[in-house]
Amino acid sequence: MPLLQVEDLHVAYGAIRAIQGISFHIEAGEIVTLIGANGAGKSTTLRTVSGLLRPMQGDVLYQGRSITRTSPERIVKMGISQVPEGRLIFSSLTVLENLEMGAYTRKDKNEIRDTMKQVFTSFPRLEERRTQLGGTLSGGEQQMLAMGRGLMSRPRLLLLDEPSMGLAPILVDEIFEIIKTINAQGTSILLVEQNAAMALSVADRAYVLETGRTVLEGDAKELLHNPEVREAYLG
Amino acid sequence: MKVLILKNSLRTLVWAIYAALAFGLLWGIVALVRMNGPIFFIQAIIDGLRLGFMYALIALGYTMVYGIVRLINFAHGDVFMVGAFTSFYAITRYNWSFVPAILLAMLICTVLNVVIERVAYKPLRNAPRIASLITAIGVSFFLEYFTALSFVFGPDFITYRRPFPVEVWNVGGILITNITVIIVGITLALLLSLQYIIRRTKIGKAMRATALDKSAARLMGINVDGVISFTFALGAALAGAGGVLYAIAFPQILTFMGIMPGLKAFVAAVLGGIGSIPGAFVGSLLMGTTDVLVVSFMPMGSRLRDLIAFLILILVFLIKPTGIFGEPQAEKV
Ligand SMILES: Nc1ncnc2c1ncn2[C@@H]1O[C@H](COP(=O)(O)OP(=O)(O)OP(=O)(O)O)[C@@H](O)[C@H]1O
Ligand SMILES: [Mg+2]
Repeated sequence: MPLLQVEDLHVAYGAIRAIQGISFHIEAGEIVTLIGANGAGKSTTLRTVSGLLRPMQGDVLYQGRSITRTSPERIVKMGISQVPEGRLIFSSLTVLENLEMGAYTRKDKNEIRDTMKQVFTSFPRLEERRTQLGGTLSGGEQQMLAMGRGLMSRPRLLLLDEPSMGLAPILVDEIFEIIKTINAQGTSILLVEQNAAMALSVADRAYVLETGRTVLEGDAKELLHNPEVREAYLG
Repeated sequence: MKVLILKNSLRTLVWAIYAALAFGLLWGIVALVRMNGPIFFIQAIIDGLRLGFMYALIALGYTMVYGIVRLINFAHGDVFMVGAFTSFYAITRYNWSFVPAILLAMLICTVLNVVIERVAYKPLRNAPRIASLITAIGVSFFLEYFTALSFVFGPDFITYRRPFPVEVWNVGGILITNITVIIVGITLALLLSLQYIIRRTKIGKAMRATALDKSAARLMGINVDGVISFTFALGAALAGAGGVLYAIAFPQILTFMGIMPGLKAFVAAVLGGIGSIPGAFVGSLLMGTTDVLVVSFMPMGSRLRDLIAFLILILVFLIKPTGIFGEPQAEKV
């Protein structure tokens, strides 16, 4: 049974049909990436998986159970955590408080402290700045905080929406290294990226979205060499 | 270029108005002190601050609710009134003492405000903002007129029986009553508890997170509806306590008694910067002091006090809509 299975998903914002027929799946332990141009429906897909949007048609199965009617809180509790596009750091909360919010659904204080230690090991810069307000961090630090915050719920599946957006190339490399480490420690990852070359190089498998539909899927390394993909997304 | 010049001259104008206000205030104070002696003036300031503390208990609810759902809960002043009446019945009918009566008032107001939110505002959360604003005004009228029915609280002024005897102390000519001490003491204790809840507790942090970004809060697993209910509950508990204290200070109660203090507290919240908690507190102290100073020293002051309050509201909207502590905020989508 796949960890996550999305079947023929259709989602609309009022009258605007954002996605119309997206299907993909993630096996436990994988990094899967969704690539596609602006407006292809990548963020909409993630918002639906997280329960912020309700699909008009289609299904999202997590560990075999449908979660399209499940509340976002339950979904976080069940083990899916999202690092949203644009990071959405709580600007007037400190770094520490932002991380605490990531652990909102958890009760055990000692375990939360352990997770926080692990997050600080992955992102030492966050520990140095823990009393600083989220809004005063640099873009790169905010991305790290967003990822750390997403890990605080100890997810089985981490949804990452454009983690490399607006970062300098060195930082992008650093972030992707961290993504690999997180995955190696047992968290499955659904990665949405504009930076297709980077995404394909870390992912196991990939899906290409075009105007709200999945149009291509395959092994990430194969897609990296696929002439159509190279032409459209790797310039 | 033209826009820039216009902007600069507007800024100069604003500063000129500030300077004129500051100068006028200073001049007024000096004149008052010379005319009436410092004792009379200090007495007015103390009474004003006392009134301000009570306004603060209402204003905090306005500002917290606004911070989280961008709604001016116009029924908030009426929740305050229900607090006063609840304690009246507890004290007069059932002979309760002060502490249980104020706790009961806080509890009843909490329940009432949470129900108002669920029934009247929650269904409109995604509707245009004007819809919930009009609903808030409707809820306010409903509470005032429904409770004025003879089988509820009744339409007339009722004399409030204080739960303790009044004591007056003369401190170098300034009169201080135990009522003032109790009002200031209870309000400060409630403010410190509020500050503790918002700064230190998990739900308080969730409130701040939710006020900043609801979707992000949902993605953290925060139950946003629960946080909103909690915010209405907190605001109502403060307003309920405020209603009891107000009735003790001015022992005539009426189902329409919440209107003016409610509006004054609203002006105070806007003056301090709507959405800002320290702003609501400072704005309330300024509002209360202004109220008493106007009544004590201006010719026809008791008729002008409300006029002056709304003049302040208009001036704030014209000069600095974000108030004293408000950040210039971009409208969020
Ligand atoms: N809140 C919204 N209201 C209405 N339409 C929306 C909303 N959000 C997204 N859309 C529309 O849905 C479509 C898919 O948007 P989505 O944000 O999912 O794209 P995306 O693939 O994440 O794009 P990007 O790479 O730019 O982030 C777009 O056509 C967009 O205009
Ligand atoms: Mg997107």
